Amino acid sequence: MSTDPSSHHGSGRQVLLDVKALRASYGVVEVLRGIDFSVDQGEIAVILGANGAGKTTSLRAVCGMITTSGSVQLAGEEIIDRKTHEIVRRGVAHVPQGRGTFPDLSVADNMLAGAFIRDDDEIADDIARWYETFPVLGERREQPAGNLSGGEQQMLAVARALMSRPDLLLLDEPSLGLAPIVTEQLFETFAELNANEGVTMLIVEQNASLALGIAQHGYVLEAGEIVLSGTGEELSGDDSVRAAYLGY
Amino acid sequence: MELFIARLFDGLNNGATYAAVAVALVLIYKATTLINFAQGELALFGAFLTYGMAVGWGWPVVLSVIVAMILSAILAAGIERTLIRPFPPDAHLPIVIITLGLFLAMNALSGIIWGFDPLNLPSMFPAGDAFTFGIARLRWRTIGNLATVTGMLVFLNVVLKRSKIGLAFRAVSTNIESSRLVGIRVGPTLQFGWALAAAIGTLGANLIIPDLLLDPTVMLRVLIFSFAAATLGGLDSLGGALIAGLIVGLVRSLVVGYVGFIPNELSLATAVVLIMVVLLFKPDGLFGTARVERV
Ligand SMILES: Nc1ncnc2c1ncn2[C@@H]1O[C@H](COP(=O)(O)OP(=O)(O)OP(=O)(O)O)[C@@H](O)[C@H]1O
Ligand SMILES: [Mg+2]
Repeated sequence: MSTDPSSHHGSGRQVLLDVKALRASYGVVEVLRGIDFSVDQGEIAVILGANGAGKTTSLRAVCGMITTSGSVQLAGEEIIDRKTHEIVRRGVAHVPQGRGTFPDLSVADNMLAGAFIRDDDEIADDIARWYETFPVLGERREQPAGNLSGGEQQMLAVARALMSRPDLLLLDEPSLGLAPIVTEQLFETFAELNANEGVTMLIVEQNASLALGIAQHGYVLEAGEIVLSGTGEELSGDDSVRAAYLGY
Repeated sequence: MELFIARLFDGLNNGATYAAVAVALVLIYKATTLINFAQGELALFGAFLTYGMAVGWGWPVVLSVIVAMILSAILAAGIERTLIRPFPPDAHLPIVIITLGLFLAMNALSGIIWGFDPLNLPSMFPAGDAFTFGIARLRWRTIGNLATVTGMLVFLNVVLKRSKIGLAFRAVSTNIESSRLVGIRVGPTLQFGWALAAAIGTLGANLIIPDLLLDPTVMLRVLIFSFAAATLGGLDSLGGALIAGLIVGLVRSLVVGYVGFIPNELSLATAVVLIMVVLLFKPDGLFGTARVERV
């Protein structure tokens, strides 16, 4: 276990997302104080942290939704000064915290919007496929997304993000507001997607046990600084992580 | 009875034209949740362009209207790019002030270029009546106006529901941040909305002004009824704007027709009263989406 983020990455693996010395502030308050983290191609990484630690801010920084300084490299290319829509076109999909859908648009149109950057003819097939994974979305395809329950909207937000066929999926507290059983199914789906399709994921969570269960690597963010990093197992076994995030 | 039918035709004719401008207002409202106060003056400018081509150069009227619609769209796209886009989409106050400034500037510019004398703007449709019933005449122009507005709405619906840019426009109208996150470029999408609204507004002006006279003040008298129609329709509903436009047209011609002591000029007041009543008692209008809290 160490706080050096590169030490636990084995050699020969490709780094998909490499964040270095990332700083972000809202006004005069510095929220990210120069953090480093990286996500390998094909892995699931997780950032744990309490309320206000800066988890959402980290993901927003990766997507160019706030101004930041430091370095964010995607597959070796610097993207820190890129606009959000360009970053999305480079293969990053982001499921924001809370409502990430288009409430006035139908479920089906939300799915189509998710495929906005695509031009191929497999969009309809993909929609059908995610309706199979999330049957409730298929049943309510004609209804405005705003009519769905919070959990259903969360599924829609995930499905919508997957419609872009991302290389890197950023998930901001996907378990928020979901029933435990739904959360478990969702995390199973994440694990399957990762295993079968090779979608790389960076998950920000407070639900540490589920997240660490499927993650290869994790980071602990406290007050804008990475205080711990390690493999999923290492973090699950760490006393301070147990006390703070696992509650046993 | 004949008088009633005459007023009915009159009301439908005016209503259709109010609806066209109301649809332009609704489009911008959907994109920005703001009223574009310059919408009428953009349409006025488009009507003067039509006049220049149709009367000045002797072009066919329909062709002149189409070219004027395209030119207004280009002008509006330029305005969006230079005056609106520098502000973040949620900077409501600056954008409203800019549209007010545009209103004044476009109005003055029209006067400087084309003068203040009333002009006769030709209609796209033949003169004469399709059908008469005593003093009630159903003019070809009324039929043409109704058909044009209906056709325009059908076209708009197809563009918004079936095209990719239409999907982007609807996405941006409901959630700007999520739109960016699916890769939509918000600026150009809003620009498309401005261009489309300007073309539709110019079409509307070319439907109604042939019944009036073309001068720099004419759209003021039209716009108030279109505001009323847009408000009554719920501000964010295109179909609602059409139906409410027809209602406003009918109410106006029936009120002015039957309540003898209301002089024509005061009919503007009926529109203002209608706007106030709707805003007070049914702020979402007849067909508007109940405002969900925007996060
Ligand atoms: N738009 C903003 N303006 C000002 N301060 C902000 C803004 N957004 C976040 N903050 C502050 O930045 C800090 C980090 O916020 P952030 O949303 O990244 O936390 P988080 O780890 O995602 O928390 P949570 O678990 O509650 O979602 C907090 O102290 C928060 O108050
Ligand atoms: Mg957060």
